[in-house]
Amino acid sequence: MIASELKPMEEILASLEGQGRVFVVACDGCSAGCETSGPEQVAEMTAGLEKAGKEVTGSARVDFACNAGLVALTLTQHLKDVAAADGLLVMSCGVGVQTVADAVEMQVHPATNSIYLGGFQGLWRSSQRCAECGECLLEYTGGICPLTACSKSLLYGTCGGPNDGKCEVDSSIECGWERIYQRLKAVGRLDLYAKMPPLRNFQNMTPTGKRRATSLWALETVEFDEEEESPAPAGVG
Amino acid sequence: MTFKEAVDSGKYLVTCEIGPPKGANIEPALEEAEHLRGRVDGINVTDIQAAAMRFGSMATCALLRQRGFEPIMQMVCRDRNRLALQSDLLSAYALGVQNVLCLTGDHTTLGDHPGAKPVYDLDSVSLLAAARGLMEGRDLAGNELDGAPDLFLGAIVTPGADPLEPQILKLRKKVDAGARFIQTQAVYDVEQFARFMDQVKDLEVPILAGIVLLKSAGMARYMNANVAGVFVPDTLIAEMSEAGKADKAAKARGERGGNQVKAGIAIAARLIRELRDTCRGVHIMPLGWDKHVPAVLEAAGL
Repeated sequence: MIASELKPMEEILASLEGQGRVFVVACDGCSAGCETSGPEQVAEMTAGLEKAGKEVTGSARVDFACNAGLVALTLTQHLKDVAAADGLLVMSCGVGVQTVADAVEMQVHPATNSIYLGGFQGLWRSSQRCAECGECLLEYTGGICPLTACSKSLLYGTCGGPNDGKCEVDSSIECGWERIYQRLKAVGRLDLYAKMPPLRNFQNMTPTGKRRATSLWALETVEFDEEEESPAPAGVG
Repeated sequence: MTFKEAVDSGKYLVTCEIGPPKGANIEPALEEAEHLRGRVDGINVTDIQAAAMRFGSMATCALLRQRGFEPIMQMVCRDRNRLALQSDLLSAYALGVQNVLCLTGDHTTLGDHPGAKPVYDLDSVSLLAAARGLMEGRDLAGNELDGAPDLFLGAIVTPGADPLEPQILKLRKKVDAGARFIQTQAVYDVEQFARFMDQVKDLEVPILAGIVLLKSAGMARYMNANVAGVFVPDTLIAEMSEAGKADKAAKARGERGGNQVKAGIAIAARLIRELRDTCRGVHIMPLGWDKHVPAVLEAAGL
């Protein structure tokens, strides 16, 4: 599973500046297990958004937000409320955020940071990939991950390499930053291309001993306090 | 005159480049530079160009400085993390190297050590920002420096990129981050370059148009197929092709050719003349043919 935790509310609200109406999408998979996007967290998030003066046009749960088919199905069922919003706030790992972004021509905002566990990508993913960098940048890029879509994992725009829109490293993939440029144009946020997110903190890419040992993140870390109690052995039936 | 003084003087700028060798034998490269003495405002030295391991740019620049040349050190982000890059900027400055062209860099897989670990801890934009921070007396972690370097920072752009808009957006980021001169990728289409210059006319930094000497029709076709954002028009390929045929015929007769060299020089000189009014200068990339650069400059009236 991909582990995630909610971004601070100030960061989420900053990303929603200028957008009064939000539709909330929550994943019922890994992130719910982490108590990041469970029904309780969605209720809290909705209350927090409304307190800050936002109108939550609606919310929906997707069984596995990494799955493009399930995302499309769910959003179609909520079409009116989605269309009435200025943007979507996605409570899921980075893969889910990207999958939702691929499904709509609207701006999406990540509500979480995915945490590095050593590279597992989720069970039902399509073509999106999450580097679990711990400082999700999808806000800057219209929902396309620059670390995984760009072969050089660049943060500040395309290099001089793309040939006919294809990556200089692997011509079977499109230039990630060109995709980001097209996406930002499509959702009317080309102003974000000029922004500079902070440099990466590579300390996030070395998982702690506890995180290396886990295979059931939720059981082992969420249900037990990390400091005081020892985790239950993995695979307890 | 330093390169910065040349820029500030308002004169039409000419820069050139040399590529260090694959090996410790740096003398031939330094001798190549002698062809350029007194003819150019700055000499770029490439940094492990195309990811093929080579003698270093900083050392070459320091040696050029010792010999009275004005070096422009190219610095890529492919091989060194933010610590090494900042450290190298300080070291370069102490060795008399102040001009730094900041690049992201071709990926390792394009070079001769394809399994090497690509770094890209910084990219061209963040390297420029880091360099400017050092100039203001602090490193990327916010620590105060004991001695700030005085650097003249540059960046590149690909005027023939398609789509062009993201290149221009990134160019603006580079200028905002601290770039004070721009050298472009190779230009062969004068009208397209003029259209590009029109879109960036508000930028108050000098832009030097890149001129790559054509050596053969085959080279032109190779660049069209493989080098991003560079497009050699059919008319120029035909010109080189004719020269190639003439050289082949001469060789068959046991005579020396030289037609392709002449054609390459003529094309470069013609481009420089045609581009003259659209930009602040030219950056000539002879790809080893430094000895022909004086002829190009003369034919171009520089």
